Amino acid sequence: MTSTRSVSASQQQDLLGANAREQAALRRNGIIDRIFEKGTLTLALAVLALLGTIMASLIVAGWPALQELGWSFFTGDRWAANIEHFGALPAIYGTLVTSIIAIIIAVPVSLGIAIFLTELCPVSLRRVLGTMVELLAGVPSIIYGMWGVEVLSPFLREHFPTLFPAGTGLTTAGLILAIMIIPFITAITRDVMVTVPAMMRESAYGMGCTTWEVVRNVIFPSVRGGIVGGVILGLGRALGETMAVTFVIGNNLFLSPTLTGQGTSIAALIANQFPEADGLQRSALLLLGLVLFVITFIVLAIARLMLRRIENRAP
Amino acid sequence: MNPVYQRRRRLNRFVMVLCLAAALFGIAWLLMILVSLLIQGLPALSPSVFFERTQMSGGGLGNAILGSLVMTALATVGGSIIGIAAGTWLAEYGGRSHLANTIRFINDVLLSAPSIIVGLYIYAIIVLPMGHFSGWAGAASLMVLIIPVVIRSTEDMLLLVSGTLREAASALGAHRWWVVIRVCYTGAKAGIITGILLGCARISGETAPLLFTALNSNQWVFNLNSEMPNLPMVLYQNMTINSFIPAKVDLAWTGALILTAAVLILNILARFISARKG
Amino acid sequence: MLKRVAATLLSTSLVLGATSATAAETITGAGATFPYPVYSQWADAYQDKTDIGLNYQAIGSGGGIQQITAKTVTFGASDAPMKPDELKKNHLVQWPQIMGGVVPVVHIEGIDKGALKLDGKTLADIYQGKITRWNDDAIARLNPDLDLPDQQITPVYRAEGSGTNFLFTHYLTQVSEDFANNVGEGKSVAWPSGVGAKANAGVASQVGSTNGAIGYVESAYATENNLNVAQLENKAGNFVTANPDSFKAAAANADWENAPGLYLVLTNQPGDNSWPIVGASFILMHTKVQNADAAKRALDFFDWAYKNGGEAASKLNYIPMPQNVADMVRKEIWSQIKGPNGQQVWQQ
Repeated sequence: MTSTRSVSASQQQDLLGANAREQAALRRNGIIDRIFEKGTLTLALAVLALLGTIMASLIVAGWPALQELGWSFFTGDRWAANIEHFGALPAIYGTLVTSIIAIIIAVPVSLGIAIFLTELCPVSLRRVLGTMVELLAGVPSIIYGMWGVEVLSPFLREHFPTLFPAGTGLTTAGLILAIMIIPFITAITRDVMVTVPAMMRESAYGMGCTTWEVVRNVIFPSVRGGIVGGVILGLGRALGETMAVTFVIGNNLFLSPTLTGQGTSIAALIANQFPEADGLQRSALLLLGLVLFVITFIVLAIARLMLRRIENRAP
Repeated sequence: MNPVYQRRRRLNRFVMVLCLAAALFGIAWLLMILVSLLIQGLPALSPSVFFERTQMSGGGLGNAILGSLVMTALATVGGSIIGIAAGTWLAEYGGRSHLANTIRFINDVLLSAPSIIVGLYIYAIIVLPMGHFSGWAGAASLMVLIIPVVIRSTEDMLLLVSGTLREAASALGAHRWWVVIRVCYTGAKAGIITGILLGCARISGETAPLLFTALNSNQWVFNLNSEMPNLPMVLYQNMTINSFIPAKVDLAWTGALILTAAVLILNILARFISARKG
Repeated sequence: MLKRVAATLLSTSLVLGATSATAAETITGAGATFPYPVYSQWADAYQDKTDIGLNYQAIGSGGGIQQITAKTVTFGASDAPMKPDELKKNHLVQWPQIMGGVVPVVHIEGIDKGALKLDGKTLADIYQGKITRWNDDAIARLNPDLDLPDQQITPVYRAEGSGTNFLFTHYLTQVSEDFANNVGEGKSVAWPSGVGAKANAGVASQVGSTNGAIGYVESAYATENNLNVAQLENKAGNFVTANPDSFKAAAANADWENAPGLYLVLTNQPGDNSWPIVGASFILMHTKVQNADAAKRALDFFDWAYKNGGEAASKLNYIPMPQNVADMVRKEIWSQIKGPNGQQVWQQ
């Protein structure tokens, strides 16, 4: 905006006694300015378009299934491609259960690690361990899946044969997800805990508080939103995880009565059946994808709103 | 000692021991993963792994590594251009406007959207119309995943460039675009590169979006219009359809080791660049 | 620096893109995992000899049919044959390339290899979750000599749509009405209980590592994993062991010459020694191909496989197609495949 105004101003008044060549240069630069702004704006709008088209493509592709199956898609507890009967309940149930198991395990452990890193750990180790946690958050999920199927699931099978006769199941998947999101939640929690001004922390210590009292009464209250945001972000990650889960969840298409039993998740079902799906089955799977997207969208939106508040405060 | 003090101290010690235990517990799990990667991946590691194509009998991972490199490179280049431009608009022009805030929010959501959804999306808009799986589709799905990362880091880094620098340049008669390119980008260069490297690290290990887009191939053929070999899919297939051959499982672990090493190196490089700047 | 990174990445990708133009000749196909071990061995041998590669993606029979219908591959592979009218509608032809048996594999500590006997009804009940322990009366009655443990049964099945599923469920629906009503046949069915594993190999390794497990795989996978294969009761009422002879006995019933569109499923065949779950794996191709060279390359490969692939197939417990069937396929099926100019793409 400002740039266009300055160009026209210089044209009208011929302010600095610019000659024709200089005026041409000014005009040229003004045009470049406008192109630059509009160009970057277009690409920024592409982000909105991206979300829009993701939603639209899933809705369009999933529409035939929604029309054909109606509400029974969400309430049906049987997914049988051979008789074109598609009920999403077992997959939605499996997705939620595995993620909740993961969160229940990961949150206390992550908070513990974060407190250890920010309050207890010797300063010399702090950087190394912190970096290590961040690096582990970047390990590809398929590695966790391979580890789950080759190490964790045989371990469970051997040591708890009555609970895990096959080594796979909802709990196994939850465990793998927990291990996967621990570094993730830890990194965010540590980051927000560090934003607490040193002065607040020191004054609390100066008053004679113990470390735990400082953490509990000073640090947690002031970054609660950020920690909750980080946890929900971890939840979002667990909900949509495909590779780590597909290997160990057991891929049973019925509602499992027990938590250690086999089940399936939305992402695992899509990964297993999509490559060969056609017609109504493909449409149903895309609709399932839309369900997953909506669930994660809501979860992530909540997390981002909470994290934004903390980030705006950070220096 | 005062019993209240004692109680407080005991509670503190108890919680801190729990924290220490949690830290040890968490770090032990993660170390176990790395150790089993090394133990199971190292034996099959040899130069031939990098130079031979994937095969049923024997073979290496050469074509898969190269295919992954090509798709990741294409996605990184394309995603960086779009991401830097969009991030520039958010930081330099968008400000606190309603539109900019909406874009920021949507971008943050996309940043952690499930990658399998991105695979489905690209399948619907590229694979179905083209009629077949392709390297282009694979690269496109990876690009969708890297764009939000680059946007976020570009915006954050540009905002760190101090306003006085911009004002100084403007006062010398520089135009806005010139200020952004010569002053702001120079200042934020290290941070933006760090962001790109981190995004690159993230997409190079993604498997789910490639399932329905690039699929896989066992040939050296690099026709971006046909199925494209890639490392994550080879790991997945070796652990599933090929898992009845023990050598294939060993090769999958070697591949996992290579993939993890590559991702970690990219991460460390990113940290190194941003640290050098600081 | 940014510019340099971008430029390097861009130029490498351009160079690689350019080399793709001069790519070597490759046959692309996708489909069943059932014949995957033998196709891969053929492909490696064929590439060593002719330098022509085969990129076969084992995405499951359902995927094979979908991909060839969408013309994304030169050939599709499926263990579930397409019905003649479907073939006609999609301008496809199919032919059997190899035959093999689906075998039930078990893992019960204390039970010797090949000792366990099962019949179709019991197998169906196990997979419906009606029989949950190995010492169940139904199993004990079939195995009076065995000391069956009080161990929970873990049925293992295919998580994705597959031709092996089709053959197995096709058999179970014939022998158990209950199964037909509750589960039914198909490439992808909803199994009431147990563990879904990915591909034949996934089922094999899950069974191999789980005490009390039962699964079903193509015979080659059972051999490669050294699994315990159970005996099955056949239509004649005899318990038969899974081996090339019993597979051949069942395959001998196949009357390919009188099967319209070569639609033939070989489960529950008569004969004293017939193995009850035998099937052929089919290749699907378009009758009007856009790329005649690619189609010819594929047919050359299958011709070579008919002629030279028998040994590798037998070693993996597959049954090669008899000479007369191969001749018939060459003469009557491949002649229907025509290029854009209307000429046959493959000549004998």
